[in-house]
Amino acid sequence: MLPAILGKKVGMTQVYDQAGKVQPVTVVQAGPCTVLEIRQADKAGYCAVQMGFDDVRPQRARKPQVGQALKAKSRPKHFIREFRADSTDGFEIGSQVTVDAFDGIEFVDVVGTTKGKGFAGVMKRHHFAGLPASHGTERKHRSPGSQSAHATNRGWGGDIKKGKRMSGHMGNTRCTSRNHRLVGIDKENGLLLIKGSVPGPSGGYVMVHKSKTARVKTPAGK
Amino acid sequence: MSQQLIDKVNARYMRKDNPDFTIGDTVDVSVRIIEGDKERTQVFSGVVMGRRGSGMSEMFTVRRIVNNEGVERTFPLHSPKVSGINVTRGGKVRRAKLYYLRKRVGKSTRLKDTERHVSGVEQPAARPAAAVQSGQTGQKA
Repeated sequence: MLPAILGKKVGMTQVYDQAGKVQPVTVVQAGPCTVLEIRQADKAGYCAVQMGFDDVRPQRARKPQVGQALKAKSRPKHFIREFRADSTDGFEIGSQVTVDAFDGIEFVDVVGTTKGKGFAGVMKRHHFAGLPASHGTERKHRSPGSQSAHATNRGWGGDIKKGKRMSGHMGNTRCTSRNHRLVGIDKENGLLLIKGSVPGPSGGYVMVHKSKTARVKTPAGK
Repeated sequence: MSQQLIDKVNARYMRKDNPDFTIGDTVDVSVRIIEGDKERTQVFSGVVMGRRGSGMSEMFTVRRIVNNEGVERTFPLHSPKVSGINVTRGGKVRRAKLYYLRKRVGKSTRLKDTERHVSGVEQPAARPAAAVQSGQTGQKA
């Protein structure tokens, strides 16, 4: 998953690529992150790099976090995440990760927390079609309709099948958005320009890493 | 804070060499066209019908008559494909969107010149951004 970085979604805008085509981009303020912990295979059972982003005032942080940050000679961090790695070479506790790590990377995945939608009906949550607008439909135009019948494939009785899609809480969950073209890197301001929209509100924390499923297709824009 | 960061990104892509033209002006828009590996410039001249959007996404629409047929083209103001905008005449208008030109034909499509651009008078060199701006503000006041 490396190179990877933590950041904050700033907002969206549009830029032009070399061909003069408009690219919709999300601006992510990425890094500088401090490496807080390194997981080694012999001790932890896996290899990973733990980073922290966005300082917290020490009196606002929990004591163990202050202690952990002290080992890295940094202030306690708001947003701490681990990235699995094949090897942790080049990383040591206290080292900084900046957008420079993304030099030459073409596609990235972005992990964020989606905007909460509250208690949502099935039309919004699962793209159900609802019921007809007319022909005798009364007061149930957005209802899910039938949920099950007497004879279900769960055996005897009229049980509702497990996993049946219904209304309920929507959003405010972790979401990975894959294969975004990395349109630009602003090293001066520590910004990544990522094509398309990424999960979460502006100001929300995101993890950005090299795309796991990078497309083989050659880029059309460049 | 966040908007300032976005502005910093936009500043890198925004064009600062665009003249300060306004609705009703007659402009020559030079467009870069890439055919195969050759590049040439095509000029589209007409009346600016309107401008919409702001910042990076601002667009403007130019209308002209070709073979008795009205043609409108909309350009992004900051596109690198627009290699130049040259104001040739100023038109006196009282609307922000000149949609009424679509219904007009022949002589009635003409707009009265603003004082700063009397027809036939030689225009200053291309992209007289500062000069046009001062003239225009004077005109409106």
